[in-house]
Formats: sequence, C-alpha cells, structure tokens
Amino acid sequence: MSLRSDPLIGAARSVRYAAPLSVWLDRQSVFSWLMMAPPLLFLAALVGYPFCYGIVLSLQDRPVAHPGTFVGLKNFATNFNDPIFWRVALNTFVYTVVATLLKMIGGLALALAMNQQFPLKNLVRALLLLPFIVPTVLSTVAWMWILDPAFSVLNWLLVLLGVPKPGPSWLGNPILAMLSIIVINTWRGLPFYGITLLAGLQTVPPELYEAATIDGASGWQRFRYVTLPLLQPIILIVTLFSVIFTFADFQLVYVLTHGGPQNATQLFATYAFDIAMGAGQLGLGASVALAMLPALALLILALTIYMRRR
Amino acid sequence: MVTGYGPIERLVRLWLPVGFFLVLALFPFYWMAITSLKPNAELYNRRIMPLVLHNPTLKHYIDLLTQTSFLTWTWNTMLVAIVSTVISLVLGVMLAYPLARMRFAGAGLIAMTVAAIYLVPQPLLFIPLADVINRLDLGNTLTAVILTYPTMLVPFCAWLLLGYFKTVPMELEEAARIDGASRLQTMRRIFLPLCTPGFISAGIFAFTLSQNEFLYALIFLTKSAVRTVPVGVIAELIRGDVFYWGQLMAGALLGSVPVALIYSFFVEHYVAGLTSGSVKG
Repeated sequence: MSLRSDPLIGAARSVRYAAPLSVWLDRQSVFSWLMMAPPLLFLAALVGYPFCYGIVLSLQDRPVAHPGTFVGLKNFATNFNDPIFWRVALNTFVYTVVATLLKMIGGLALALAMNQQFPLKNLVRALLLLPFIVPTVLSTVAWMWILDPAFSVLNWLLVLLGVPKPGPSWLGNPILAMLSIIVINTWRGLPFYGITLLAGLQTVPPELYEAATIDGASGWQRFRYVTLPLLQPIILIVTLFSVIFTFADFQLVYVLTHGGPQNATQLFATYAFDIAMGAGQLGLGASVALAMLPALALLILALTIYMRRR
Repeated sequence: MVTGYGPIERLVRLWLPVGFFLVLALFPFYWMAITSLKPNAELYNRRIMPLVLHNPTLKHYIDLLTQTSFLTWTWNTMLVAIVSTVISLVLGVMLAYPLARMRFAGAGLIAMTVAAIYLVPQPLLFIPLADVINRLDLGNTLTAVILTYPTMLVPFCAWLLLGYFKTVPMELEEAARIDGASRLQTMRRIFLPLCTPGFISAGIFAFTLSQNEFLYALIFLTKSAVRTVPVGVIAELIRGDVFYWGQLMAGALLGSVPVALIYSFFVEHYVAGLTSGSVKG
C-alpha cells in the first residue's frame, strides 16, 4: 500500500525521477491492476488452482496419502455404472426442485402477508429472519431433536391429534427422511425468499394498484397482472441463488441423516464427501463432485449474465 | 396495500398468516431453549407434557462449559470469523474499488469472474482443497480455515461493495483529484470513509457466513483444541448413538448467540444488504 508514497519521500533526491512514476501509477489501468492483483492472485491460488486440480484428481486413481495414477475417464465410468450415483442424482434433483418450489410459494405468501401495515412490523421481520442467520448446523441439531425417534415433540403433537402411537419414524423411513430434509431446508431458506420479495413488493408504486382497481380488476387480477410481472426479476434472481445452493447442499443432510437411510437422502455433496473423506478415494470423490459441474455451470452462467445486465 | 378491512378480514389476511410463519420460524428456537433448561428426568419421560418447563436447571450449561471444550471452540470460531472477515473486507475493497470507479480493459470480464466465483459452492472445491491444505501441512491449524474462508467471502464482499460503491456520488473524489491528490489518496482519505454503511453490511454478512461455515472446518479441523463451534458440537457432543440432548441444545443455543447479537444490532443493515440482491439463499 505504501508503494505510492515512497517516491515522494525520496523526492529531495530526484524530483524529475519521481514525477513520471507517480503519473504512471495514477493511470487508471495501472492503478486498477496493481490494486486488484493481491485479491486476484489469492483467488487464483485458492479457487482457480483447486478447481483445475480437482479436474486432474477426477482423472486419477488417488487413494488418500498415496500418489495418484492417471486412469482417464475410469472414475466417471464407475459412477455411470453405480446405481447409488443415479439414486444420488435423483435425490438431488427432487430435493432441489421441491425445496425451491416450497420456498418460492411460501416466500411469496410471507411477503404478501408482511406487505401490510401492522404494529411491531420491524420486530416481526427481524424474528422471521432468524432461521436464515443462525448457523445451519446448530438449527439442524434442534430439528434432529424435534424429529427424534423416541422423544419427538412433533410425534407427541401428532399422537394428541389422533395419529396411532408411536407416530412416524421421520428419519428412518426413506420417503419421510427426504420430506424432512426438504422441509428443514425450506424452513431455513423461506425467510430469505420472503424478505427479499417483500422489499420488491414495497417498490411497486401504489398508483398501479389504484389504476387497476379503478379499471375493475379483482384482487387476484391485481396480483396476477400487476404484482407478479413487477416481481419477476427478483423472483428469478432469488430462485437461481436458491437452486444453486440447494443443489450443492451439504451441512443439513450431513448432520441430519448422513445420507441415510440406505442413501435415500444422499446428495452429490454428501456422497462425494463419503467417498473422498470416508473411503479415502480422492479421485473418485472428485469425479462425483464434478458431476455437479455441468448443471452448476449453466446456472452460474445464467445468473451472472442476468446480474450483470441489471 | 389497501386499508379499511373489517377485523375478521384483517385476522384472516394478516394475523393468521403472519402468526403461522412466526410460530414456524421460532418454534425450533423455543424448543432448543426449553430443552436446554430441562433436567434429564424430565427430558426422557414421555408422561410429562413436553411443551413447557417444569423444573428448570442450568446443569446442561454448566456441564457444557466445564466438561467439554465449548469455550475453546467459541474462541476459535470468533477468532477465525473476525480475522477472515477483516481479510475479506480489505481484499474485497481492493477488487471492488477499481471495478466501480476505473475504466480499464478487462473490467467487465473481472466483474463476471468475481460474480461467478462467488456462486461456486464449496462442495465443488473441498476435495482438491483438502489435498492442498495437507500438502501445505496446515491440517488442524486455524490458518487452514482463515485461508480458505476468504475464498468465498472475498468475492461476496467485492460483489456487495461493488453495488454499494456505485451508489456513492463521484463529485468529492473528482474534487480531490483536481486538488492534486493521487488515486490512492483519493480512495483512502476521501472515498472509503464515505462507505462505512457498506462495510458494516458486508462485514456482518461475512462474519455470519464464517460462523455458519461447516464443510471446510469439518475436514481441516479434527482435533478438539482447534475446532469451531459447529464442528465441535457435531463431532463431540454427539457421541456415538448416545445423545446428550440437553447439552446439545445448550451448545446450539449458545453457539447461535454471537450471530444473533450482531444481527440484532445491525438488523437494518442486514436487511438492506439482503435485499440488494447479492446474498446467497
């Protein structure tokens, strides 16, 4: 950072020498690239390099703590013939689509409900965001206890409502386990959706609603033809964000089910973790993680271009 | 939107849905809190009505603080979160300022790259990164996470600050330039002091994200003395198939306190940052 002032301190020695350097440093491109060099080098070393190295690893048979041997596309062929891999792909797809839809619909409902005047609105908004800001692992532990096989408070309530004892085994049944991780992911992400959409709703000019009302539009028509079109850009951005990070989710599933029962909730991230860290097959694990890349790359590209255009 | 509903319509349109979302959002925290205060005899007795507290006790908190390394984990988490937040803010400014203010060839490409890196989820990188950290001999050091957290925080801070910087008027900087200040002086003395709200927003998000991080900490930190709270709670308070639910809930609650405190102080900054359309969901 002190690069710039050094020549000035030494100015007594040679004024004519100092001036061109400071002029050169003040050129927009020179200043910009010098300024950006440290963060860019940092990102190249710890994102760019691991990314490329991950591709190399996926082409190797690489047990942990041993040198790797190049095996071409063998890891990808192994995945292709692995029924669990396809199960994982299906799980990830279901998890992402259902959780995102729930967050979208629930978030819209939350935003519409919150877009009214009522006392303590800011406090309510702050409380509603809590699930989103509390560390995921810690809130997931609370959910684990809510769904505990022996002492589930949810089942206690269900039994009160007439469900036969002891109530469903939430994390032991493949379908219920998938439902559970979807609901908890939704629980965590919905406030983010809702509050972002609420901010969008508040930018809709009231005149538009008045005009629509004068023209005889019903409540549904106002929503369908005024609110939704204006919210569409925000909905699109939030949804792309949500899809990317639900698709690559790790924490929630790792803590709650470890991918079980019988891989019913195994996602790409947890499966790659199991293979690389559990079984010590770094190469095969990297190839499972990379299987996410085509879909992720498309989503990331779409979102980046869209954000740039705004 | 339109006012003038009767009380029943207001109940249906406002209080029922808002109440539903509030109960849904807060019940797990309520459950955490009362579980952490119940004695074991009450926790594991199915005949006692579970929703309220009958004999509150602080035993789980005392056990957590005296029999586990929870305080060490809290210290580690704080240290890592603060250091990586500061690093990320500094590096983020160094990226965002030229992108927001300078014209140079390649600016668009760099901005796109930063946005794309910001969107790359950790599971795509953790296996090669684990190997890199091993080769650098950084396993089981806090340096490992202090180095890797900024890989997600720097692009994030840069992106959020870039949006903020563009909203700051350029006149003051132009005046400083006319008065003969260099670009670096203009940036440091004139521009950055104007951007405190942006730094607060980016800072609390970076802090929250570091507190929330789990995957890298899980892989890089396998010894109790260097663990962060999320990893410590998962790896050490869940012992085999035996669950110490009271202690677990006490740990989950205490672990959430720092984030919740920061959040409650800066809630408006948080919401402003959230709705600027640059936060992960």
